[in-house]
Amino acid sequence: MLEFTLRRLSATIPVLLGILLIAFVVLYMIPGDPAQTIAGPRADAETLARIAREMGLDQPLHLRFSSYLGRIFSGDLGHSAVSGKPVLESVVEKLPYTLKLAAFAMTFSIIFGILAGVISAITQGRWLDRVCTVFSVAGISIPVFLSGLVFLYVFAVKLRWFPTSGFAADNSLMPFILPAFTLGIRSAAFLARIVRSSMIEVLNQDFIRTARAKGLSPARILFRHGLVNALIPVITVIGLDLSSYLNGSVIVETIFDLPGIGRFAMDAILQRDYPVIQGIVLLGAIVFIMVNLAVDLLYAWINPKIRDEMLGKTAR
Amino acid sequence: MKKLLRNLTFAGWLSFIGILLVLLVAIFAPLLTANDPMETDPMRRLSKEEGFPLGCDQLGQCVYSRLIYGARLSLIIGFSARLSALLIGLAVGLAAGYAGGWLDWFLMRVVDMFLAFPSLLLAIAVSMVMGSGIKTVIFALAIVGWAEMARIIRSAALELRSAEYVVAARTLGASHLRIVLTHILPNCLPLITVIFTMGMATAVLSEASLSFLGLGVDPSLPTWGGMVASAKDYMLRRPELVAYPGLCIAFLVIVFNIFGDELRDILDPSRKGNW
Repeated sequence: MLEFTLRRLSATIPVLLGILLIAFVVLYMIPGDPAQTIAGPRADAETLARIAREMGLDQPLHLRFSSYLGRIFSGDLGHSAVSGKPVLESVVEKLPYTLKLAAFAMTFSIIFGILAGVISAITQGRWLDRVCTVFSVAGISIPVFLSGLVFLYVFAVKLRWFPTSGFAADNSLMPFILPAFTLGIRSAAFLARIVRSSMIEVLNQDFIRTARAKGLSPARILFRHGLVNALIPVITVIGLDLSSYLNGSVIVETIFDLPGIGRFAMDAILQRDYPVIQGIVLLGAIVFIMVNLAVDLLYAWINPKIRDEMLGKTAR
Repeated sequence: MKKLLRNLTFAGWLSFIGILLVLLVAIFAPLLTANDPMETDPMRRLSKEEGFPLGCDQLGQCVYSRLIYGARLSLIIGFSARLSALLIGLAVGLAAGYAGGWLDWFLMRVVDMFLAFPSLLLAIAVSMVMGSGIKTVIFALAIVGWAEMARIIRSAALELRSAEYVVAARTLGASHLRIVLTHILPNCLPLITVIFTMGMATAVLSEASLSFLGLGVDPSLPTWGGMVASAKDYMLRRPELVAYPGLCIAFLVIVFNIFGDELRDILDPSRKGNW
């Protein structure tokens, strides 16, 4: 396990550094002079030079990169070019909305995804399986913005079950239900596919036949022996899903007017607030890498067979 | 190819016909439309005039013409983006898988980096740096899509590398380039066809999302994503204006997904049922 952990880490750290390098290069390539942005359009050459010196813009690139790394590791993601607020502070402020949204979406997608996958697997080839397959293909294919607008129109405008936009100040959960449903459909559909195929694979194995021959009840076989084993690949999928939630939240929070990270990113995009966008993209990538590292380690810890397999080949 | 046609299921045929249909619509768009998709007229704003089969949008543009021409942009952008992603993915994947060792390690870490970025946000950042335009959208989608392709092609190349005929070719003194081009690449072709088709669905969807957010091509151009975005402000009065382009996107993505699935089951049965 220690060897595996070290191997996995040795693959992770260069990736993290590479991501920081890409983020740095992108920030450097962005049109416009940052000193000019801060000083305003009418600043004279002397002021510009002073600000550039203060910001370290006159130093060679590799020195700027190392000081950039230092800032990132001390938690400084830069300041918004529009409001001047530290990016990290704004992100922390908006994080609860997006987390709540993602948590709801995830709960929804796990429940429906696993349910649909299991139903599909046990009715394999019959009409119920077909129905589930149609729904999962549709769920994967229909764009988030379309389903979001349709739900908004049907449930909020026509039926008035939900508020049309914004979140209530009284901390109620109602405004989150529709957006979370919208956000969760895609991953529910993905999950259903994966649960279906891994469930079918597990149910065809010898130990299931043995369990059946022993006379265990079908429900017990399905859940204790089948589902528990079929769920292993699901852990990875949930880890990989993380960035699809961040992507989706940009669209969903814009449509439903929720003040979370996605909305924050979208506002920054519309205002061309480069430091904010760069900070959010970077943060998204770092969280993604960390979660997937954790998932892989958890995975290898639960299942030594996978650990050996991964060590035998190259560490991912 | 013969094997493919024989093994296609009913759903497979339907999706194939669906793709063909959209392709024909895109090619013959000028013949199918009477109105200029870009011609605006404030007098026709949101009207349902004679001669405009689906009415007009908020700028008085013919919705039907824009839908038809939208097929062109979706297919052109999706296809070009996938092709660019494929070329990068092939080069990186074949090099990493065939060479192995430190080159493999290094290239796969680069792939990991690109996979870690949230794809939509990365595409947005790229298109902001480059300024809007068709080329930018293609480039942004290629940047987002190549890593996944490289990873899949790499694992195929890694397996083929130790195949007997490859070892034999090497013993006979064939150069590495020759082995990769004449032995490894042709054997990857079925896999490439599968990931290309499935990726078309993702590319069409991403292009629509970018256009919806106003970060795709020039908003005056007829894109389905852009049409949904502009129609959503008038959703209470004319909800069908959101539905038409939305359903077009969903249709194209669904047929590519189903057809890609079918291709995978036929050409690459070992991965059946996986994504």
